[in-house]
Amino acid sequence: MSTYRRLRAGATALTVAALLLGSAACGGTTRENSGNDTGGGAQASGAANPDAKLKEGLKIAFLPKQVNNPYFTTSDNGGKAAVTEIKGEFKEVGPSEASASSQVSYINTLSQQGMDVIVTSANDPNAICGALNQAKAAGAKIVTFDSDTKPECRQIFVNQVTAEGIAENQVKLISEQIGGAGEIAILSATANATNQNAWIALMKEELKKPEYSKIKLVTVAYGNDDDQKSFQETQGLLQSYPNLKGIISPTTVGVAAAARYLSGSQYKGKVKLTGLGTPNQMREFVKDGSVDAFALWNPADLGYLAAYAGAALASGQITGAEGDKFTAGKLGEFTVGKDGVVVLGPPTVFDKSNIDQFQF
Amino acid sequence: MAHDSLYAAPPSGADTERPAGRLAGLRGALGTWDTAIVAALVVAVLLAGLSVQNFATGRNAQFLLLDLVPLALLALPMTLIVVTGEIDLSVASVVGLTSTLMGQLWLSSGLSLELICVLVVLIGAVLGAVNGVFITGFGLPSLAVTIGTLALYRGLSFVVLGDQAVADFPASWTAAVVRTIPGTSIPVAVVPVLLLALVFGVVLHATPVGRALYAMGNNDEAATFAGVSVARTKFWLFVVSGAVGGLVGIFWTLRYASARGDNATGLELTVVTAVLLGGVSIFGGRGGLLGVVAGVLLLGVLRNALQLADVDANALTIVTGSLLIVSVVLPNAAADLRARLHRRRRRAHLSAS
Repeated sequence: MSTYRRLRAGATALTVAALLLGSAACGGTTRENSGNDTGGGAQASGAANPDAKLKEGLKIAFLPKQVNNPYFTTSDNGGKAAVTEIKGEFKEVGPSEASASSQVSYINTLSQQGMDVIVTSANDPNAICGALNQAKAAGAKIVTFDSDTKPECRQIFVNQVTAEGIAENQVKLISEQIGGAGEIAILSATANATNQNAWIALMKEELKKPEYSKIKLVTVAYGNDDDQKSFQETQGLLQSYPNLKGIISPTTVGVAAAARYLSGSQYKGKVKLTGLGTPNQMREFVKDGSVDAFALWNPADLGYLAAYAGAALASGQITGAEGDKFTAGKLGEFTVGKDGVVVLGPPTVFDKSNIDQFQF
Repeated sequence: MAHDSLYAAPPSGADTERPAGRLAGLRGALGTWDTAIVAALVVAVLLAGLSVQNFATGRNAQFLLLDLVPLALLALPMTLIVVTGEIDLSVASVVGLTSTLMGQLWLSSGLSLELICVLVVLIGAVLGAVNGVFITGFGLPSLAVTIGTLALYRGLSFVVLGDQAVADFPASWTAAVVRTIPGTSIPVAVVPVLLLALVFGVVLHATPVGRALYAMGNNDEAATFAGVSVARTKFWLFVVSGAVGGLVGIFWTLRYASARGDNATGLELTVVTAVLLGGVSIFGGRGGLLGVVAGVLLLGVLRNALQLADVDANALTIVTGSLLIVSVVLPNAAADLRARLHRRRRRAHLSAS
């Protein structure tokens, strides 16, 4: 009994200690009075010298969301190709699970190793900010690609594509395939996916253009980025809308499931399907004629561009300010946009003629 | 192994020198593993300092220690729990759930952050109490219960915030948790960790409560007969574990300036690894806090050094897994061997008389 009492006393003491610890630094900080003092770092500093040559021997490290992921392996290999071209040292490190906190320890390691450029795809826009700012203070240039951090935590964000670019591309692809007239439907991911909804809204805008006046969007279905559900939703669409001519599925899970359904159904080749998909998932459906063409950005080009942007930063060609220009090897010239964003360009279209050149 | 001796011990006073002798033997075994793990830590630090570039710098020490704070905190109550022969696998999910609750409260309740922190620790304690009720109240195995709450609490943390993150915590707070002690590169956050380690160490090694924990780990029933309130003690251990989980939730949220549902996913396995590496027997009744602190540091040093040496993530996972197996197999093999020798000696003694 005395043991229990002592333990209880101990536990109470511990809890009190914990509470004190919790409120130690206090003075009543509420959301209202804290203001938005999240600390915006200075973005572009110093002047850019557009004529500066790219330095040789730059140490450029790629830190993807996770390693062992074919998408990032492809983009990092693109980066490696670029670093080799400019005679730099390439390195790829990263966590085996896509978590923000594990990226932090890798960023710390990279800054400790004195990297010139850290190219990363953020698992969380905020969580890695502190570490990136420390790395910046230690002299590294920070480029994000695929997934951005808060703008003040990096110098350049290489965006794969703009939402407008996707909407334009998807509507154009389906219009070409159905001959510019007829009913279409969209098979999306979840009903509250921010990306998807932004794209769908822009597609609706795009469809208002006169050249698409004969195309009618009849419904948006949600496959929840679940293979089974997307498969069933496709089936449902074709039963509910017998005059359906085409489906746009701007999600890799949805488009692959829809293609699988079409390929085994009477609608194969009659109802057209396009969307955003990966060549590896879509190859067999393009080859068997279920799908004519679909799109996605090329992750290898994304990594390639990010590496060049980092090298341009580290060589003083650009500072990340709006309007800075730099050349990214075979991809040509790019201009830094607002908030230090560089856009790779319109998505790459994959069809029978080129799909075998891509492995991701 | 050690269980049978207590079962067999007659309640009469005739055999009093035997438990004392057994304890001495245990202490000897503890001493050897503690020494071994501290020696391994020293060797690892020296090796890394000599062979890995950029390891032996103040900045790196800061990174290393900051990364270890959550692990070290969670390992303290886990040590006590494992000593009693139980386990708490829900700790990382408690961190995740308290982190998202902290985010949600900050986002929508209008309460002050100080009050939120207090609430979060209390909520952590309640989450631990839920574990405790199922384990001690209904007598269910802690492994099964906490695997259940591991999933349950993680699921709830996604209910609280979905796939969103809350990130607009005041910069003064987020900067405070990563600040270093002026003039050194040691993070301030290490101080409360050391204080708590001291408290847990004293409780485990220098109080009747601590002795009761070892007794429970060796044999629940015998401990009950010896007047220890097994169920209540274990219940409070789980409550403390939950409260510390809440504390780590606060630290995690502020350190990464991000409250989100997947915070600290998978950390429970690292915590268990550190505790076992520190020489605590998974069967209970054996181990000490010093070894666990050394185990935590050893794990951190290895990770940090391998990362600096550009060893890839898969190899890191393999190293952690192998360490876990070694730390379970080695002490048990040693104890088994010792027990066998002891038995043989006793048999020889008996036949001689």
